[in-house]
Amino acid sequence: MRLSTRHLLGIKNLTPNDIELIFQTADNFKEVLKRPIKKVPTLRDTTIVNLFYENSTRTRISFELAEKRLGADTINFVTSSSSVSKGETLIDTAQNILAMKVDMVVLRHSASGAPHFLSNHINAAIINAGDGTNEHPTQALLDAYSIREKLKSLKGKKVAIIGDIMHSRVALSNIYCLKKMGAEVTVAGPPTLIPKHIDSLGVHVTYNLKEALEWCDVANILRIQLERQNMPLFSSLREYSLFYGVNKALLDSLKKEITIMHPGPINRGVELSSDAADSHHSIILQQVENGVAIRMAVLYLLSGKQEV
Amino acid sequence: MKTILDPHKFNVVIERLSHQLIENHGDFSNTVLIGIQPRGIHLSDRVVTYLNTLVKTKLQYGKLDITFYRDDFNTGGAIHMPNHTEINFSIEDKKVVLIDDVLFTGRTIRSALDALLDFGRPQKVELLTLIDRRFSRQLPIQPDYVGLVIDSINTQKVRVYWKEKDGKDEVVMISK
Repeated sequence: MRLSTRHLLGIKNLTPNDIELIFQTADNFKEVLKRPIKKVPTLRDTTIVNLFYENSTRTRISFELAEKRLGADTINFVTSSSSVSKGETLIDTAQNILAMKVDMVVLRHSASGAPHFLSNHINAAIINAGDGTNEHPTQALLDAYSIREKLKSLKGKKVAIIGDIMHSRVALSNIYCLKKMGAEVTVAGPPTLIPKHIDSLGVHVTYNLKEALEWCDVANILRIQLERQNMPLFSSLREYSLFYGVNKALLDSLKKEITIMHPGPINRGVELSSDAADSHHSIILQQVENGVAIRMAVLYLLSGKQEV
Repeated sequence: MKTILDPHKFNVVIERLSHQLIENHGDFSNTVLIGIQPRGIHLSDRVVTYLNTLVKTKLQYGKLDITFYRDDFNTGGAIHMPNHTEINFSIEDKKVVLIDDVLFTGRTIRSALDALLDFGRPQKVELLTLIDRRFSRQLPIQPDYVGLVIDSINTQKVRVYWKEKDGKDEVVMISK
């Protein structure tokens, strides 16, 4: 068994079989993570560089832990303290790192398509850890895996993705992943934050939060990405929170119990209130926990030497 | 193709191995049994089922997958798919009996020892195998309990069939 692809550039390039294979492998790594010694020597001959051109807490720690728990050697590269500030290009940076015999690259970049571009120019397996507003595949995999864990399966499940769809790579990857695994998806948010023609991806669109919450089994609430918004798309955070913020009172007013997810970091009190984020509805910390197992599975499945 | 264990003898051997375990481990109060995935667990299931009819104590029985500990992981070809590991007890200071169907090069057992030590420090580790291909070893590993010792060359294959999986209990040697 192996994945149909050499790199993980996006969920768009994966088949449902690939996703299922990653989930099954992650099940095994979850078991490893429950052992007294949470480490296996599988990738002891592999060196992995974490190339982060953008800030990150969860994803970087999660990748680094996954790499270490697989026994790989890791290098962390943060652009602010590197020669990138002297003007070195992405390809040059990557080529120079690979010249030191590095086998895999985990790349986060603010430009959409950066991992795809790099994969055409260097000879190493590339894992996209978020590129601009395009995709964040490992986040979508761990979100779908967490839903599968909670609801036993993804087929026919109703997932609402709420908030800043326009600027969210998590939303796009999640839509691809959930649709491929047979779930139904609704996106909800203010019209200015929902891209035109998004319904061509096979999702329902609503501008009414309550309607989306009444419909869904799981609500994945996204962060308002103020750093990517270069013009005002809603009047104020207070107004956004009033119309699209999810809180405990709103959850209690629904006819059924739904599960709350958030890819982090949470703007508490904006898209999600503290009483909802910390309630029993929330599987936010399980998502983080599953992230390590999912990333171990992806690294494991992409690390095999290629057949010549 | 040559039959080296027929269905009747197959059961006799498993019962003998179980009795040998009782001889050395008494009531199993300080012993745990661990089958190695994927093919060793058929043997360990049988041994445990038979032991349960003879021993009053509740046996501690687990399953160990060694995929992540293999030394041939990155040598090309398809990636090995992991199986379930299930060790829901401590092996600290216990006597551990590892159970696998065929002992060939010894590399699986080498990996199993590595994997096992990540769960704690056992007092002693023993190895039980149904078939020992004694002239094919690549590492200094020997079994403590053997169903049948056979002399074979590397081009020959030994196949173990299990009733619950393959419809019959039989061990055959296939020569190319």
